[in-house]
Amino acid sequence: MKTLLSLIAVTLCTALTASAEPAKAGQSMPKLASLLPGASVPATAGKVVLVDFWASWCGPCKASFPVLNKLHETYASKGLVVIGVGVDEDAAKYQAFAGKMGAKFPLVHDSAHKAAAFFGPATMPTSYLVDRKGVIRHVHSGFRGAKTEAEYISEIEALLAQ
Amino acid sequence: MNLPVKLLFPFAAAALATSCSPSLARVKPYERGTLAKPVMSESMDPLLTAMTEHAYFSREASFGGGGVGGGGCGCN
Repeated sequence: MKTLLSLIAVTLCTALTASAEPAKAGQSMPKLASLLPGASVPATAGKVVLVDFWASWCGPCKASFPVLNKLHETYASKGLVVIGVGVDEDAAKYQAFAGKMGAKFPLVHDSAHKAAAFFGPATMPTSYLVDRKGVIRHVHSGFRGAKTEAEYISEIEALLAQ
Repeated sequence: MNLPVKLLFPFAAAALATSCSPSLARVKPYERGTLAKPVMSESMDPLLTAMTEHAYFSREASFGGGGVGGGGCGCN
């Protein structure tokens, strides 16, 4: 009886805590190429990386593209790699949106949601700033215009200086 | 099998099947493309909704809490 009860309790606890934990600051980022099979992921070794999750149906994502373009133009030569990960289920919508936004940084399609499942973005857009050693240092949930831009600039400059 | 054990099974099943359980399939923030479509909005006529809300908030001398336009994108 006691064995049966503890067995049920353990099963329940396991089932209730089974959901994957989202990626947090301080955690190492796995190789993006392994999370995005088939996509041409730029080289990130020894670089500061900004991984931004976006979708064509997300308004704030659209607003974030000019800022990400600006960051790419300013800091790419200093060692920043901006990667936009599109999570659209419809490949045609991903292509159409990517074409319309005129992104100057590389965009990849996470069609299988493998990368999204690892990072577990809390909202759209969510971006992860990774230092030169491959450790996630900052997580930005959502895009709030100039406020988020200012945060990006100060964090990127600090990470590039390290 | 005695009574407490018999009762435990329905309770365990209920705990797993209710919305309290995170083990159920849930729509993740990056899977809300379909929910974000305008057709998923509560109201099919945004102008009528805007006018109704304007009249309501004027009458109630309050503002806000009416949510945002569109469907369930859940962005930001």
